[in-house]
Amino acid sequence: MEANTANYAEPAAADRSVPAIHLEHITKRFGAVTANDDVSLTVYHGEILSILGENGSGKTTLMNMISGIYYPDHGKIFVDGEEVVIRSPKDAFRYKIGMIHQHFKLVDIFTATENIVLGLKEEGRFSLKRAAGRVRKICNRYGFDLDPNKKIYEMSVSEKQTVEIIKVLYRGADILILDEPTAVLTPQEAQKLFAVLRRMRDAGKAIIIITHKLHEVLSLSDQVTVLCKGRYAGTVNTAETNESQLTEMMVGRKVTLNIDRSEPKNPTDRLIVKGITCKNREGAELLHNVSFTARSGEILGIAGIAGSGQRELLEAIAGLQHVDGQILYLNPSTNQSDDLRDKTPEQIRELGVRLSFVPEDRLGMGLVGNMDIVDNIMLRSYKKGRSIFLERKAPKSLAEKIIRDLEVVTPSTATPVRRLSGGNVQKVLVGREIAAAPTVLMAAYPVRGLDINASFTIYNLLNRQKESGAAVIFVGEDLDVLIELCDRIMVISSGRISGIVDARTATKEQIGLMMTQNTAEGGESHGSRA
Amino acid sequence: MMLANFLQRAIMQGIPLLYGSTGEIITEKSGNLNLGIPGIMYVGGISGVIGAFFYEQHAASLNPVLAVMIPLFCSILGSLLMGLIYSFLTVTLRANQNVTGLALTTFGVGVGNFFGGSLAKLAGSDIPSINLTQTSGFFRKQLFAAGDSGWFGQIFLSHSFLAYASIVISLVTAYVLSHTRIGLQLRAVGENPATADAAGINVGKYKYFATCIGSVTAGLGGLYYVMDYANGVWSNDGFGDRGWLAIALVIFAVWRPNFSILGSILFGGLYIVHMYIRNLDVSGQELFKMLPYVVTILFLIVISMRRKREAQPPAHLGQSYFREER
Repeated sequence: MEANTANYAEPAAADRSVPAIHLEHITKRFGAVTANDDVSLTVYHGEILSILGENGSGKTTLMNMISGIYYPDHGKIFVDGEEVVIRSPKDAFRYKIGMIHQHFKLVDIFTATENIVLGLKEEGRFSLKRAAGRVRKICNRYGFDLDPNKKIYEMSVSEKQTVEIIKVLYRGADILILDEPTAVLTPQEAQKLFAVLRRMRDAGKAIIIITHKLHEVLSLSDQVTVLCKGRYAGTVNTAETNESQLTEMMVGRKVTLNIDRSEPKNPTDRLIVKGITCKNREGAELLHNVSFTARSGEILGIAGIAGSGQRELLEAIAGLQHVDGQILYLNPSTNQSDDLRDKTPEQIRELGVRLSFVPEDRLGMGLVGNMDIVDNIMLRSYKKGRSIFLERKAPKSLAEKIIRDLEVVTPSTATPVRRLSGGNVQKVLVGREIAAAPTVLMAAYPVRGLDINASFTIYNLLNRQKESGAAVIFVGEDLDVLIELCDRIMVISSGRISGIVDARTATKEQIGLMMTQNTAEGGESHGSRA
Repeated sequence: MMLANFLQRAIMQGIPLLYGSTGEIITEKSGNLNLGIPGIMYVGGISGVIGAFFYEQHAASLNPVLAVMIPLFCSILGSLLMGLIYSFLTVTLRANQNVTGLALTTFGVGVGNFFGGSLAKLAGSDIPSINLTQTSGFFRKQLFAAGDSGWFGQIFLSHSFLAYASIVISLVTAYVLSHTRIGLQLRAVGENPATADAAGINVGKYKYFATCIGSVTAGLGGLYYVMDYANGVWSNDGFGDRGWLAIALVIFAVWRPNFSILGSILFGGLYIVHMYIRNLDVSGQELFKMLPYVVTILFLIVISMRRKREAQPPAHLGQSYFREER
């Protein structure tokens, strides 16, 4: 096949007046969910186009339709001015389209070269030496820094990304799509990547990058196409726009949801987090000097782009993540304060802290999929038993109560939870966590993937906990929900707090800007402290 | 002279292990952990015996070429069928690999003993043992004339074609795995099938082919055992635990067929060393037979402590692959 033959040395001599990629009225649905609704975009050779949008706005789905992973329900795709049908990644290769996914597809114990030639049917005898020479040529041409014979498991994230990019270039790609390329990079590595991307643009490649970081859009791209909740919000010239216009396009208009919200009743400080900092194994900071206070009888919302440190923050409080700093818990029954930092969940429980945690990963961290509802409830209470035999009566009646109160749809209490729908799984998890009458309740994306009715059930449960005096921490992604449900909203951006706002007066644009701001200069000035 | 004799026997003892471990390495490189190897080797042996038995019964005088080709073909067919069963269950139906493999071992030993008993009955023998001395004679024909002269000849030149074939197969396998496109793609399938799939490699096809070729290779070890090592005498359960030893050898050879060659001679030697020690009672013999396993365990401890990535099993070994569907 011609497309599989490496076209490594030829400079792209494409016509710059015809769009490299042109999408017309693309619509894609998954069941009842519309991921892309009537989206159009155009990118030329020698141009960098950013696709900007919040989480779940359909950026990746759209790009997956160009790279052959999904097939659109409606609409047309043109490559170099001609209408094409792309049904598989192989088809995309044939049109010289290469996509660099967020999750790398590399074989760890292979060298860079071995990964690059994997699956290729080149002419002539198989020679890794010759292939390594070609890889070096590509590196020199665009300024990549890579040893072709280095094993993947010895590489940094940035080097792995380089391998992925060279992989598509080696296959002769003229149109490159990068999905959140800087999400895993340090700022310095990102700058290096941008330099390479600019060089590729100058060599005539068409480049699309998916991102939600405004400063990257402004510094790198020529054009920006904005998506908002799957809909096309417009395309602007980067030179003629600014952060606030883009934010406005990105968050869209306010939608009223009518979630009940009561006034907090005599809020008192319950959890005081002081200057916690957390690093990952590579030494990059996931949380930087985070301080806030959660009060009883109110819901504290946490807004932020996914992966800005929300997970680490909640896990640090729950005793699952090592951090530096202080996490003080003011015990309402003893009026003492305890530092929860670096304590195990069991030690936290022994301190008399009734802490409940609804993790983001319901069937991973939250529940055991193959066990039934009763067994899952016992995971939290098994220590209460005194005999060596299991005491199933109490958990069983609790399971029945949860099913009744939260209207869980299940054949019986003995059904494995993995067979329940997402909403019902979540109800079981939340039901179990609030049954412990928590003084602190943390919920990460508790309504993700749930329909409207199930979502409102969860909102009501959180509200009831707030009214009974728990300090509720709610990590959410939908700004409309955060604004209507929470009392205060803390905005986190790249592991730093960009501010805490009063949810009753905050606007979506304000929060959106705080979420995407480049926090290098510190976020203390943004937002009014409530 | 005793040392030359010992080494010669050690090599003969090692050849079935070499076949078995080379077959298992090919299979495991595709990510399939085939614990059915002992059963497959057993079937490879009995299938050859069946072919040879009927040929000896029906032919007035044996044609040397046919007397070798018929058992060889039957053995390949028998172990190929076992490989197909394993592939169908684990690749197509995505059954658990450990359970499937262990079941195949039990099944293979049962099949072997059933046919062993049946053939013995046909031959009118009281004990479940079949004597194929004539066929064995053709299999055992020495390739080199110098096999009888001197210690060098005795150790290296006294063997039959199946013995040399096992070494050639191991070397070819080692070369294919590390120096060809097919080898690279096969290793990718065993390491990270999702990546291989995305690179346009047909994961299921590679797993099927690797498993079947591996099974056939291992089955030849069973054939060599009966025809060469046991002088054409099939006796039920005579094959012993050589299949498990072959799997242990895979670990010892750190998944490299060329390392298996030396490893098999070492294992073979350890397996028979008790015969060369005087005044050993039965319990002492059994302790010595344990040596290859002890060596494997010690070796496992060492390579686990060194944590060298290249000395680890294929990353996706033992797991079924199915493409994520959304």
